[in-house]
Amino acid sequence: MPQHTFILNGKAVTADVEGDVRLLWVLRDVLGVTGPKYGCGVGVCRACTSHLNGKAFTPCAVRVDDVAATDEITTIEGLPDTVGAALHPMQEAWLDLDVAQCGFCQPGQIMAAVATVRRAREAGREVTEADLDTIRNICRCGTYHRIRQAVLEGARRME
Amino acid sequence: MARRHSARDDDHTSGTGEGSPAGGSGPDIGRRRFLGYVLAAPTLTVAARLGAEVLAPRPAAAATPALVPSLPGPAELLDLNELLTIAALPTSNLITIRVDTDGTAHFALPRAEVGQGVTTSSAMIVAEELDLPLDKVKVTLADARPELLFNQLTGGSNTTYSTYTPLRVAAALARGRLLHAASLVLGEAVGTLTTKAGVVLSPAGALLGYGELAVKAAALTDAAVEVTLKDPDRFRVIGTGQRRVDALEAVTGRKKFAMDLQVPDALPTMVCRPPTINGTVRSVANLAEVLAMPGITDVVTVSTGVAVRGRTFGQCVDAVRALRVDWGPGTAEGASDATVLEKLRRAELPLVVPPLPLLTKAVDARFTFHFASNAALETNCAIADVRRDSAEIWASLKAPIVAQERIALKLGLPPTAVRVHVTEGGGSFGRKLFSDAAHEAAEISKALGKPVKLMWHRTDDFRQGRTHPMSLSRVRATYSLGEVLTYEQRHTSVATDFGHGVGEVLTAEAARLPVADAGFSETMFQLTQVSPYHLGVTTQLLAETDKGFNTGSMRNIYSPNVRCAQELVMDELAGRTGQDGYAMRRRLLKDARARAVLDKVAEAGKWGRSMPAGTGQGIAVHTEYHSAVAILAEIDCRPGTTGRTIPGAYTGPRVTRVVCAVDVGLAVNPRGLEAQMMGGIADGIALTLTSGLHLSEGHFLEGSWDQYFYTRQWNTPPELEIIVMPPSGDKPGGAGELAVAGAMAAVACAYGRATGTMPTVFPVNHAEPLAFTPLPTVPPVPASPTDGRDRTI
Repeated sequence: MPQHTFILNGKAVTADVEGDVRLLWVLRDVLGVTGPKYGCGVGVCRACTSHLNGKAFTPCAVRVDDVAATDEITTIEGLPDTVGAALHPMQEAWLDLDVAQCGFCQPGQIMAAVATVRRAREAGREVTEADLDTIRNICRCGTYHRIRQAVLEGARRME
Repeated sequence: MARRHSARDDDHTSGTGEGSPAGGSGPDIGRRRFLGYVLAAPTLTVAARLGAEVLAPRPAAAATPALVPSLPGPAELLDLNELLTIAALPTSNLITIRVDTDGTAHFALPRAEVGQGVTTSSAMIVAEELDLPLDKVKVTLADARPELLFNQLTGGSNTTYSTYTPLRVAAALARGRLLHAASLVLGEAVGTLTTKAGVVLSPAGALLGYGELAVKAAALTDAAVEVTLKDPDRFRVIGTGQRRVDALEAVTGRKKFAMDLQVPDALPTMVCRPPTINGTVRSVANLAEVLAMPGITDVVTVSTGVAVRGRTFGQCVDAVRALRVDWGPGTAEGASDATVLEKLRRAELPLVVPPLPLLTKAVDARFTFHFASNAALETNCAIADVRRDSAEIWASLKAPIVAQERIALKLGLPPTAVRVHVTEGGGSFGRKLFSDAAHEAAEISKALGKPVKLMWHRTDDFRQGRTHPMSLSRVRATYSLGEVLTYEQRHTSVATDFGHGVGEVLTAEAARLPVADAGFSETMFQLTQVSPYHLGVTTQLLAETDKGFNTGSMRNIYSPNVRCAQELVMDELAGRTGQDGYAMRRRLLKDARARAVLDKVAEAGKWGRSMPAGTGQGIAVHTEYHSAVAILAEIDCRPGTTGRTIPGAYTGPRVTRVVCAVDVGLAVNPRGLEAQMMGGIADGIALTLTSGLHLSEGHFLEGSWDQYFYTRQWNTPPELEIIVMPPSGDKPGGAGELAVAGAMAAVACAYGRATGTMPTVFPVNHAEPLAFTPLPTVPPVPASPTDGRDRTI
């Protein structure tokens, strides 16, 4: 079986799996990394949102064949390590605002939030209400209002 | 958001514990005295009956009849909450709290946690009576416990209402036992000891942790013990806003849902489903070919389609897409929105108000509520390991006993041979009252002789999963000289499946009998529907038709639709009689608590403020579950807003602001209550504006979250204020479903006022051209995309 190597949460990993399997299933079913959730499988609910070289993406829509050995994949499990702390400031903000209800979408929401802040900062500005409106991640519990508050609060804590 | 923070006094003196004379001598002491049990166990283990309040034996209390009412009165006398609670009386059993030597208290909640926060509020109740820090209370979800019969159903916003007192009784008893053990250790009288934060303190300053006392406080034999509960004036935890107990797990990705569990050899499994609702497999043309696909281990025909099992779900998707199946007809062949609407019209019950006197006028309206999906973000899923003489199931289930007994029946096993583990749920909204995936997983596991981890594809979850049934609500209200004289509502609905029963399989089976069914649905309707307004002679009746659909409740059963129709008619009546919509509602409300929340949102939301054309306010109130909520919504229907473009988004009118006031009697966790209101408001916005299914030629067109338009960030109100009213009672009412009806109605009323036309079809966008291209029905699920790298953001 073909081997696929990439960097997952800071460590090189190798998965023995067919190359057309989407990365989400390599993470969940082969490597046992279950933070990214399945909610649609076609990249629209964004429950599996993780980071590819620091940018938000949906692993349900990337073949493992298309992941290079140098690609850095970060899931919610590896987010704290990116800041060298027990929790990322966005996770702290999430806790302080008690955002989660069922929690199923929340790993993806947090990964999307971090990327949203990074994107705004790269453009030399802060997150706006318009940015918040473009976050596509679904929360079927309807925690959107607290998510908005938490993204802004997390942004304040992200240096 | 406003929140109530109460200053509480400090230490908890011992007087309210087990066997002690009294915690004071106020007149309400009798109402706080209950029976609990100490159970023989290595460490302190206490219990209380789960069910209606079990008062300590008094002549009157002892005579309380244990019965399930066969002819329940209207909702004002006995609502669904009370039915669920009373139903437990003859069969109630014990819930148990155990104190361990590390000082933690453990409790397995016989309810489902699907995001509504019952693990947190239950932990708070135990922490309160036990005087233990919240993080030392460990709440897990109980396996199916058939001996609980009725009393393991999560629904009707009933959990806190029904478990509040039993939890307090058990916890208070544990505290009493700990005090008693400490008094023996210290040689001090119980009455001189106090408890605080998991420690017993003596006047001399000695400290004994609960962990040190856990073995000494244990009982050698079971015994019933009288216990007095803490005076609510001394509450320090209940009534304060607390973070969810599972919040850290949720934000770190460590929270485990069913599909995150690693059960040995339970490989990913999916089902290739029919192109029409409940279609059946006639034959499979290429079974061997699909079995040879990469990663695939098994292919088997089952009652719902063709199951494939493989190494990864991704390979299962490919296998499902590759199957060539000859499909037989389903249960709704050829049905469309129009054909169902016609059936509903024919099934509508007549109005009965006789011909009107000359000066009387009438508002006549008929509202259409289209099918809506109660899909959660976690699709239907379950793990099953069926062996020759036993079975084990893992799933989020709100009626696990029904699941256990029905699965046992299907497998030909005694119920005791089927272990059902209730996992954390990724949302429910009505879905998890049923156990469709657990049944299917059991069937597949039995057919294969192997464990399976079954997950539905999202497209199947929308197209073959349960829906909230389509309904019509005809309303006629007559009025004369500014007064409403009569109010008639005829609600006609595609049949709602109550197969989950009120908990137990016998009831569930009764609900499936045609004979019992009409009466059962009508009973549910009468138990839940109540007009909060004095509208003269009022009749509200339900008729049902068409059992061809997979239905269920959806964060409430009838109220969002029934009440939305009524609130719109209230606005119409107010307009025609020249009254202000808020003032008229206020005047006609029956209930003082409802009036108080209505007043609160009118004031905080600046009812009647001047707003630009094309925008408007709506106001509505809803009472249910011993609770009251009012919602004021503002909407923007101007072209600049409805035509706003956000990449890939379905936009439309935007609710710009919502003010909500809620009174649940006693809010155990105001922060959790606010969260439930927030979620209910998001649901109400969706139901009014965007969330509907289109039925065409026997199947639903929607197949993904970019086709079924649940509220998204771009349709979230930028301004949201939730006001938790001060306690108005000494017991918590229901909250989980409460806000949906009020929010749906308030948004609809705002839409009507902004556009100048009362909306009569829901969601209001349903007749517009489809905003998406429907996915094919064969193969039943779309291909997994490959362009994720091009869409990083």
